[in-house]
Amino acid sequence: MNDLDQLYQQVILDHAKARNGSPLQEAAPGHRHGESHQHNPICGDQIKVRVELGENGNLDTISWEGEGCSISMASASVLADLATGLSREDFLDKLNVFREMMRSRGTMVPDEDILEDAAAFVGVSKFPARVKCAMLSWVAAEAALLAAQ
Amino acid sequence: MQLASITDPTLQKPLTSVEVARIKADFEILEHPVAGNELVYLDSGATSQKPRCVYEAEQHYYETANAAVHRGAHTLAVEATDIFENARATVSAFIGAAPNELVWTSNATEALNLLTYSFSNASMGRGGEAAQRFAFGPGDEILVTELEHHANLIPWQELAFRTGATLRYVPVDQDGALRYELLDDLVNERTKLVAFTHVSNVLGTITEVQRFVQAARRVGALTVLDGCQSVPHLPVDVKQLDVDFMAFSGHKMLGPTGIGGLYGKAELLDAMPPFLTGGSMITHVDMERAEYLPAPQRFEAGTQRIAQVHGLATAASYLEETGMQRIAQWEEHLGHLLYQGLSTLEGVRVFGPKDATRIGTVPFEVIGVHPHDVGQYLDSRGIAVRVGHHCAQPLHRALGVTATTRASTYLYNTEEDISRLLEAVGSVREYFGV
Repeated sequence: MNDLDQLYQQVILDHAKARNGSPLQEAAPGHRHGESHQHNPICGDQIKVRVELGENGNLDTISWEGEGCSISMASASVLADLATGLSREDFLDKLNVFREMMRSRGTMVPDEDILEDAAAFVGVSKFPARVKCAMLSWVAAEAALLAAQ
Repeated sequence: MQLASITDPTLQKPLTSVEVARIKADFEILEHPVAGNELVYLDSGATSQKPRCVYEAEQHYYETANAAVHRGAHTLAVEATDIFENARATVSAFIGAAPNELVWTSNATEALNLLTYSFSNASMGRGGEAAQRFAFGPGDEILVTELEHHANLIPWQELAFRTGATLRYVPVDQDGALRYELLDDLVNERTKLVAFTHVSNVLGTITEVQRFVQAARRVGALTVLDGCQSVPHLPVDVKQLDVDFMAFSGHKMLGPTGIGGLYGKAELLDAMPPFLTGGSMITHVDMERAEYLPAPQRFEAGTQRIAQVHGLATAASYLEETGMQRIAQWEEHLGHLLYQGLSTLEGVRVFGPKDATRIGTVPFEVIGVHPHDVGQYLDSRGIAVRVGHHCAQPLHRALGVTATTRASTYLYNTEEDISRLLEAVGSVREYFGV
């Protein structure tokens, strides 16, 4: 596979179209929730992520709305699939693994048991200009989680 | 006869493909493959590539003449000063100005900020009675256009905030064409300054400068032209255009980064209070106050960018020898190929008015594929274009998009470059499964 095909793996193109977790969903009354709006001023991509917590503090629902390139939209879709139902700690652990992979410039061999579809983004990490596209929704989810009350 | 063909634009023959190939050979970087492909550089609107003579001039300066200018009496200082001031003569002549009407700046952005901060200082009473024509306050209006690059918008917004003046703008229609018919209403007795671009950095369309200048003259308003996209690509004569000020950048016209210029009519520059102050711009300094040199030194505080200035003058000479009229004709031809070629591709939408005169700059969108993805795909085939809002968010909003893909040419681009782009753009949708 050449670099471009690694960047745009079929699973990424599929997620970019599917946009799982979009559009935004209202949080159930009384549930703790938080949201964050992130913007990439370089290209104008933007995303709003809302995280709703269950009574046990787990991430019950992650929903989002945004516009941007296929990498940023696919990443948000993968995130919604991956993080739904996780405990706060498990989500932050996965975020750290994802972030480490995105900073690896393609050198990390991703653990597909942990990252599932998100492992496909290792190809994106070879393109420094696109790492921010992939991180946008994850950064928004982290901020939304920290803001949840 | 050959000499006449260089100096008299009416006698200039159009550039031929053979000549363009020869020009291209002067640009080392264009010989280096990108992603295993021959490079097709279509991002000259962002920055141009440099011919060898430009950076060799910089190297030669450092090897033979490096010294601080306008100070010191040793041989190198004299040589460096000669190089610095000869460059001013060359570049000022290139835009039709006198040498004392050209102020060196880091770039066009700094040139425009120099104006707005000088006017701020005038608004606070600095520069005395002579500078009052540059003083802004409540009730005064500054007119810009919706086409502007952020560099010719935000400095004026900030000047308005600082002084209480009102910022207004000439809108564009849905195609991005300036609505000249509104000029007569928008320019009124309160209008103190009109700032507008000569060529849109996004659409490549050429502004009818005359209409702005006439409207401004009618009410005695100052005129500021953004020449960033015109000076590199068209013959520009500031006296003929009759604007009061013009900003331009060096790196877009084959020159080095870090150097640009501000043209101003001599009587205006000499009446303006300085922006940056310090060494090399004074006549007499007490502990309490200082007196300033006339322009251009008044606006050139501190150690200057001598190597860059020398490189820029070398670039201007290179352009002059090729012939600006011929370059403009060639790029009009390439722009036509781009606009027509992209317009006929299925699933591609081209922005900008159809019937406009334009340089070789064309923005477009591949329906269903984000510009970032388009740019990435083109890059994998060795084609460099710009994606994003091109520092013109308001214009993109007016066009109803957040980002576009922009192809922009220069004198080293061939017809083959345009064909390679069109072929690649034609296969984008298939790759992304749209």
